[in-house]
Amino acid sequence: MELHLTNDRATPDEQSAVDGVLGAPKDRRVIASGNGHGAGEDALGGENRRHLLLPVLHALQARTGWLSPGALNYAAARLDVPPAEVYAVASFYDLFRLEPTPPVSLHVCDDIACKTQGADALCAQLESSLGQEGAPCMDGKATWFRSPCLGLCDQAPVALLRSAGKSPREAMVAQATAQTVLASLQNVMEDKEVPAESRPRIKEFLPQLGETQLRLLRRVGQVDPTSLREYEQTGGYAALRRAMEMGREKVVQEVVASRLLGRGGAAYPTGKKWEAVLRQLRPESVHYVVCNADESEPGTFKDRIFMKGDPFAVLEGLTIAGFAVGAKKGFLYIRGEYPESFRFMSQAVAAALGHHYLGDGILGSSFSFDVEIRRGAGAYICGEETALFNSIEGYRGEPRNKPPFPTESGLFRRPTIVNNVETLVNIPEIVLRGGAAYARIGTPQSTGYRLFCLSGHVKRPGTYEVLFGMTLRQLIELAGGVGGTGRLQAVLLGGAAGSFVSPAELDTPLTFEGVRGIGANLGSGVVMLFDDSVNLKDILARIAKFFHHESCGQCVPCRVGTIRQEEILARLTGNRTDGSTENEIALLKEVAQAMRDASICGLGQTAPNALLSAIERWRLFA
Amino acid sequence: MNESGLAPSALIPVPRGPVPEVPARQAVRMVDISIDGKKVFASEGSTILEAARQAGIDTPTLCFLENLTPVNVCRLCVVELEGSRVLVPACSRKVEAGMAIRTDSERVRLSRKMVLEFLASSVDLSAWPEFGGYCERYGAHPERFGKDALDHKQLVKIDNELYVRDYAKCVLCYKCVQACGVEAQFTFAIGVAGRGFDAHISTEFEIPLPESACVYCGNCIGVCPTGALMFRSEYEMRQEGRWNEAEQTKTDTICPYCGVGCDLTVHTQDGKIVKVTSPLDHSVTHGHLCIKGRFGWQFVQIQPALQDYR
Ligand SMILES: Cc1cc2nc3c(=O)[nH]c(=O)nc-3n(C[C@H](O)[C@H](O)[C@H](O)COP(=O)(O)O)c2cc1C
Ligand code: SF4
Ligand code: SF4
Ligand code: FES
Ligand code: FES
Repeated sequence: MELHLTNDRATPDEQSAVDGVLGAPKDRRVIASGNGHGAGEDALGGENRRHLLLPVLHALQARTGWLSPGALNYAAARLDVPPAEVYAVASFYDLFRLEPTPPVSLHVCDDIACKTQGADALCAQLESSLGQEGAPCMDGKATWFRSPCLGLCDQAPVALLRSAGKSPREAMVAQATAQTVLASLQNVMEDKEVPAESRPRIKEFLPQLGETQLRLLRRVGQVDPTSLREYEQTGGYAALRRAMEMGREKVVQEVVASRLLGRGGAAYPTGKKWEAVLRQLRPESVHYVVCNADESEPGTFKDRIFMKGDPFAVLEGLTIAGFAVGAKKGFLYIRGEYPESFRFMSQAVAAALGHHYLGDGILGSSFSFDVEIRRGAGAYICGEETALFNSIEGYRGEPRNKPPFPTESGLFRRPTIVNNVETLVNIPEIVLRGGAAYARIGTPQSTGYRLFCLSGHVKRPGTYEVLFGMTLRQLIELAGGVGGTGRLQAVLLGGAAGSFVSPAELDTPLTFEGVRGIGANLGSGVVMLFDDSVNLKDILARIAKFFHHESCGQCVPCRVGTIRQEEILARLTGNRTDGSTENEIALLKEVAQAMRDASICGLGQTAPNALLSAIERWRLFA
Repeated sequence: MNESGLAPSALIPVPRGPVPEVPARQAVRMVDISIDGKKVFASEGSTILEAARQAGIDTPTLCFLENLTPVNVCRLCVVELEGSRVLVPACSRKVEAGMAIRTDSERVRLSRKMVLEFLASSVDLSAWPEFGGYCERYGAHPERFGKDALDHKQLVKIDNELYVRDYAKCVLCYKCVQACGVEAQFTFAIGVAGRGFDAHISTEFEIPLPESACVYCGNCIGVCPTGALMFRSEYEMRQEGRWNEAEQTKTDTICPYCGVGCDLTVHTQDGKIVKVTSPLDHSVTHGHLCIKGRFGWQFVQIQPALQDYR
């Protein structure tokens, strides 16, 4: 295609960053997309490399700290994508900067869990020592931003450090104080390690560590996550072997029989998806399996635990999925703010390739399967499955209208399975134990194990594995009880897209059917506690801001509705109501109804949930 | 989409995540559905919108245009489908046997009203002809969101001789991007940049149009529903208060420039050409033209001084 480019040219440095992903010019071979093995979409005849746009943008951002017009022109020319579209895609993501930006950036979470642990004070301190958010600081070498939830809420408050250059660095600062953040910033600028005490730790935030009843979490914190050998020694890859003996039909039957419901938030029966894709299998079929590790729902951090603590289990689940539905390629989409998960998963993919658990002829059979890792770049919406496909394909992460569903037309328009990390980690259990036996765990409608992410005002925050059936009260007790003042005001269940429940509802069983009874849902397993010192209106304002910030902007009810809901809430909170409070609340409800009914995707459809649940439960503005 | 309807061809990039389509079935069959309690026979593969029109039910639309693939983003056309948790867009949802659809239920009316209010509270809809009627029909009162409601007010972009861009009127219907890209022009000068409420139509790096890939085919103007993109001639006449559609005549003719034979509709006022469009249903143009047909009419109006012929 003939491209019209502006006169801006890429520097040699920028060119080499792009060439690092695409190979030197004229060499059509694709070098890598982060994890060192072949990329390429067979369905596109190997020519269309647009799906490498996101990795290319990442490489540029990591090299120079921003995406210059010259660099984007070069990327456009190399990928044969019009520059207006490259710009359209780049400007979709928070982690890509389109203005000259200092090489070091600090992203400080000011989202709801971090707020309970002093994030606002932290941000205020940083503002006084570093200056305004977004302005250059440290002699123009760094800058800082407030960020939505970074997925480390159990170790709140949290910051992410990124430094661009020839050897780019990324690090998380956990349980941050102004002191540790500034020290880490200084260290990163001097190219030194982030101090150990401010780095995230897995073991301390797995309060059940070592307990023998654990199934999903049994290896986390106990084995070396970089050692394939230790994985094998602890039963790893036995399920893949078993699955390959059983054959695909039987594997899918077992998953159906397990009645496993997806753990990503929508609680859709996993077996149904797998069946639908398997049913379309023909000799010439191209199918895909995708592991959704975007984990950006505020309060959610369980998938990170697997990726950092038991990465091979994630791969094994994905490989079994690929085998079961006849896919030759799997994608793992990890949120951009999870540098360590990316590192551990990349190592695991390389090790699995080296030991024939991935690649051609797995375990000496004729089954071939590759996994490619993609990193998100700061967009909650890319966790929505169809937005995720668009993001991988090199388009803006805008959800697609459904139908068609992914099982019919998914990634690259092929039949595709998308499953959450935790969902996939259940698969080896189901294969080894048998679907029927698995289905006897938990309750009849909520089978198996479930992870919950406890954060906020709780004594022992962290990830907990329980059998379905435990009540909310029991779970909080398991986590040591209410923290903070010790007097519970509210629990946010299911994340920002979930709902608030009151202390009177603590005896609700944490099952899909149980929480439905109180008009809530389990979502992605978020259980966030707020003591009576918290101003819930502040928390609601942050949630409203989150949705306004994360809406993809495609459809009117969500693009404008999220703004109007935020404005109405601000008026109510500030006692600046337009007319009576009742009028404002009635208006808010109409906004909510239209968002729920007419938005394209789950983001807009659930954006008013938490707000209304709180306003109704506590008559906040009555 | 290539013929198998599976993957976009290697050489044809798509301006946005392509809108997926349910793979079409072979033979055209008729299916039985019900709309507002009435039985309707619709051809399989047609949309709810088409079926509703066939049944004489008017459905408001904004981002839909007959000559473009539906992007279903404005949500003005939503209808209630029995068994569906949420409302569905009539413009893109294909009919299936047994569907029971309501186009005028409380839920439908509420969503349509809110979409109108959301839009009108954030952009200037004064040049969208259907706006007033729809507001009346659905009881929309955009001022409910208050004077301080965040909006898209901004300066009009006038950076070339042929057309102006007034993005304070843009409803982000994606049509101009479609027309500039795979659905007509294949120029790809514009895209949707930014996210959420900041999403907007933009050239690469927000550069002015003359520096971009724009070839001035004006197809984007042809599809823009709200006058955000406007002929400079029309814009200036409107500014001067001289624009008067009632006084205009439309004359259909064939473009004189090349052998393709595009249909033109020439709009004249006071004996002068004020703009040129092309009918959407024309088999050659589907409403799309090139710079010559769209703008190359100034010569008609130049009145040469007599001595020039001497
Ligand atoms: C706005 C939005 C964000 C989402 N984010 C995630 C996510 O980060 N991880 C995830 O697994 N599912 C997420 N989902 C749900 C996915 O669309 C999809 O249902 C899920 O990945 C399917 O996997 P499962 O069946 O194993 O749960 C999100 C959905 C929406 C609407
Ligand atoms: S609901 Fe929101 S996030 Fe989803 S498609 Fe619409 S604008 Fe985008
Ligand atoms: S400029 Fe016009 S055609 Fe383009 S998106 Fe905006 S309203 Fe639609
Ligand atoms: S990491 Fe701050 S709220 Fe989740
Ligand atoms: S006309 Fe159907 S969604 Fe816009």
